[in-house]
Amino acid sequence: MSKNKLSLTLVSLLLLTSMLLSACGGQAATATAAATTAAATAAPTEATAAATVAATVAATPSCGTDPVVLNAYFETGFDLPFKLSEEFTKQFPNVTWDIKQDQFSNLINETPRLLAGDNAPDLIRLPTMVSFAKQGLLMNLDDYAKAFGWDKWSMAQINQNRVSTDGIRGSGSLYAWGLNYSLTGVFYNKAEAAKIGMTDAPKTLAEFDDLLAKAKTAGLTPIMQWGSAKSGMGLAFPLQQLMASVGDTTPISEWIYNKAGATIDTPSNLTAAQHLEQWVKAGYFPTDINAIEYTDANARFEKGEGVFIFNGDWQNADFDKNMAGNIGFFLMPPATAGGNPAAMSSPLTYGIAAKAKHADCAAFFLNWVATNDKARQIDVAVGGSNPGGPDDATMPTVAAGSITNDTLAAGLVIGKAGTAMDFIANSTSAIFAQGWTPELQKMVGGKEDAAGLLKAVQAEYESELAQ
Amino acid sequence: MKSKLKSDNSPVASVPSRRNSSNGIRREVLIGWLFVIPALAFYLFFVIFPLIMSIRYSFFNWNGITKMTFVGLKNYITVFKVPDLFGTIINAFELVVYFSVFPVGIGLLIASIIHRVASGKFGEAARTILFLPQIIPLVAAGIIWGWLLSSSGLVNEILKTLGLGVITRAWLGDFTWALPSVGFIGVWVLLGFCTLLLLTGINKIDPSLYESARIDGATWWNEFTSITIPLLKNEIGVCLTVTVTNALAAFDIVYVTTAGGPGNSTSVPGVQIYILAFTQQRIGLASALAVLLLIMVLIVVIPIQLLSKESAQ
Repeated sequence: MSKNKLSLTLVSLLLLTSMLLSACGGQAATATAAATTAAATAAPTEATAAATVAATVAATPSCGTDPVVLNAYFETGFDLPFKLSEEFTKQFPNVTWDIKQDQFSNLINETPRLLAGDNAPDLIRLPTMVSFAKQGLLMNLDDYAKAFGWDKWSMAQINQNRVSTDGIRGSGSLYAWGLNYSLTGVFYNKAEAAKIGMTDAPKTLAEFDDLLAKAKTAGLTPIMQWGSAKSGMGLAFPLQQLMASVGDTTPISEWIYNKAGATIDTPSNLTAAQHLEQWVKAGYFPTDINAIEYTDANARFEKGEGVFIFNGDWQNADFDKNMAGNIGFFLMPPATAGGNPAAMSSPLTYGIAAKAKHADCAAFFLNWVATNDKARQIDVAVGGSNPGGPDDATMPTVAAGSITNDTLAAGLVIGKAGTAMDFIANSTSAIFAQGWTPELQKMVGGKEDAAGLLKAVQAEYESELAQ
Repeated sequence: MKSKLKSDNSPVASVPSRRNSSNGIRREVLIGWLFVIPALAFYLFFVIFPLIMSIRYSFFNWNGITKMTFVGLKNYITVFKVPDLFGTIINAFELVVYFSVFPVGIGLLIASIIHRVASGKFGEAARTILFLPQIIPLVAAGIIWGWLLSSSGLVNEILKTLGLGVITRAWLGDFTWALPSVGFIGVWVLLGFCTLLLLTGINKIDPSLYESARIDGATWWNEFTSITIPLLKNEIGVCLTVTVTNALAAFDIVYVTTAGGPGNSTSVPGVQIYILAFTQQRIGLASALAVLLLIMVLIVVIPIQLLSKESAQ
């Protein structure tokens, strides 16, 4: 009897272990560090009718004329890739889609296995890319870039998708491509802002501080932000904006790109973290921030709780719908008057598996998204972000009164200043879950100061990179 | 199992021919194995094999894709050296108090009260209500409690109505209260299971023992401490084993309600193993923590088993 009970106990415990291993066990066999030779050279094989087409055209990868089923993994909750895929099939009827979708947090965990599996995706939303590029799981897109002329486009954010041979992002071969390029900044509720006498967007950090203090005095919640461990700590947004406000963006980018010797624990970043700590201590954020989910923060902000919220233009459609005419946007102001504003701006990254069956067609789709007028229109209308593309491409028109007008205009300012950064949450695969989120939550709970925060995150960063 | 086989075989043993007898036994054994093999194959493949592989992985540095490198005990040393990893083990033991001590303690009280005063319809209703949480999937329970315990949730609304607005807070986002709140959800889930098991045990106790105690003028408390608890040691052992395992290997409730936050204050080994293996691709370190979790559960559960076995004898 008791033997049975003991084995029952063991079984229930072992389930945890077996859960872990049944998911990883099969990977060893498929772990062939596949050579990531770009398949662009093999392009014309698909198009039987292409034989008579001029050589220059044949050199450009396409979806051919034979039926193609693109195997794609999209992120649940975001309409953009679905709408783009529908339009693509309208224009190229021989291409149909087998779309699987999952939450971003699940994609983070699944991606290595999906890429290494037998039915590797032709297109996949990539949560991170360095380790996959290093492991030979992602298609090297350099040849496609040459074929489509991407290498001549000047958008600095394209570099975020480059990985060098030693695993440093920002330069080297291209391993992913953006469907569009997001932009972050400060959104504000116009009615609430009017209550504190805000007529223009603040020009300096000091002016912004004044507005926050006024909001607090007026009994309003100055900043609405999310911060639960499930959503990931939203204070990473104001923190990084403050870092770029009081200092230069280059060291931040180098840290995100994993450059050798890069550190987040710099004197300038300490000033920024201390500034954030002051905001927390002054009660500028909701008291329950450590339990607020991303969607709840936006819902509460849309209902009028909070004058400001740090967020990105992917939220535009939602804000337009729920706060029509009452939503404003400005870039985080620099600390010194006349300085350049900076922002997190990153590609909505999609990659092609090294083992993808229709890599050419997938690459053709990525190029189409950036260059086709109809696709660019969908990109802006549904995604709310800059579609990128060639320098001379025309920007699609946006409905008058939409907040997207403001974010697109702000994107041009950032592009001109060259102050776009990726997110500090993206420096390593787990830095957000294991570093920023718990440490910033501790800061909110008064269990960590600004200096401790940066030291702890840097230690986690080094420990992860040492793997 | 052995004694059963023997008694089943006794008619065969009386057959004169020794050869026939041994053939018969062999046949019985073979049939026995045939029945066991399918289940055993699954057990070996899905439980024992992963366990052995886990132990093996724990000595390697591996991302799940590329080549593994042998690192000896380094992963185990890392678990003890990194405070956030070791902290999960401390949290798990704190959860034991909520997941085991409360459900078993309160379950004992409720079971004996139901047994003494409410054996009719009321007792049945109480049993059903207490057992309900057990049939709700833990993930659903976690989501519901996440809403109830949020800053504008029902729990705080009730507290405000009672004039206790001062103590309202986002329970799952509070450093002091997040772990007790998760523990409370555990009590809610496991109390019904323990109560039902203990009540079944009480019903097996010879009623004459209670009768004679009552004739001697024993109070409810006397009955409880002198008859119920000593004669329920076996059931209490089962309850403790199941609930302690639930606490130490907790994953779903924690992952759904807090995901280990705020600031790792509710992080338990189960959640860390998941993050290490799937987010960080550190299969070796995740396996080391999993093996330590296994050892930890055995260290706690084996004495409980031995104690309840002793009392059963």
